Amino acid sequence: MISLVTNPIDVASALSYLQTDQAGALDLFLGVVRDNTQERPVDRLEYEAYDRMAIMEMQKIADEAHRRWPILRYTIIHRKGTLLTGEIAVLIGVATAHRADAFEACRYIIDTIKQTVPIWKKEVFTDGEVWVNAHP
Amino acid sequence: MNTPISVLLFGITRDLTGQSAVSVPVGEGARVSDLLAQLYQDYPDLSGIRSLLVAVNGEYAETDQLLTSKDEIALIPPVSGG
Repeated sequence: MISLVTNPIDVASALSYLQTDQAGALDLFLGVVRDNTQERPVDRLEYEAYDRMAIMEMQKIADEAHRRWPILRYTIIHRKGTLLTGEIAVLIGVATAHRADAFEACRYIIDTIKQTVPIWKKEVFTDGEVWVNAHP
Repeated sequence: MNTPISVLLFGITRDLTGQSAVSVPVGEGARVSDLLAQLYQDYPDLSGIRSLLVAVNGEYAETDQLLTSKDEIALIPPVSGG
């Protein structure tokens, strides 16, 4: 299950979606908005996405994870819009029979999302703003 | 005769140009590299960005890919999701 949402991410429903009798391991990764970056206080984050392509790229990552690990169920939910400190920006959930596969697949998915999925994050400070990764 | 190609903009490229889409006049048989060259010429501020990729119909494109005005073309600045 892959989605790009504007409303807060519902962790409980993602977890219940992942649960299945064959799964001995459920891994959940939550990417959360923290209140600072490089010791500069962050007021909020603004996420923007190229929706259609973002979904396609997330699906490719999920398909590749499926090819590499015996995944029973997975969910990828990315939020967009304005997010405040403490809010969940991304949820990756993987269910497998054994824990090593769940950890590895979950890590692969989040690491690859950060490299290829067309979603952009702007950090808004009290005295300015910056698009993350945009400048050398 | 140049056919204008419409290019979707996101993130920093939208801020730098002040537009969410730009029309770029490139010639018949233009490739991704021609589009990028024209964009850098029209919007010199774009050269301050770490890297710019082009997506055609939702897929990352190589620099030699041919473009047509029917394609959905987007400029992809460095991503920062997650």
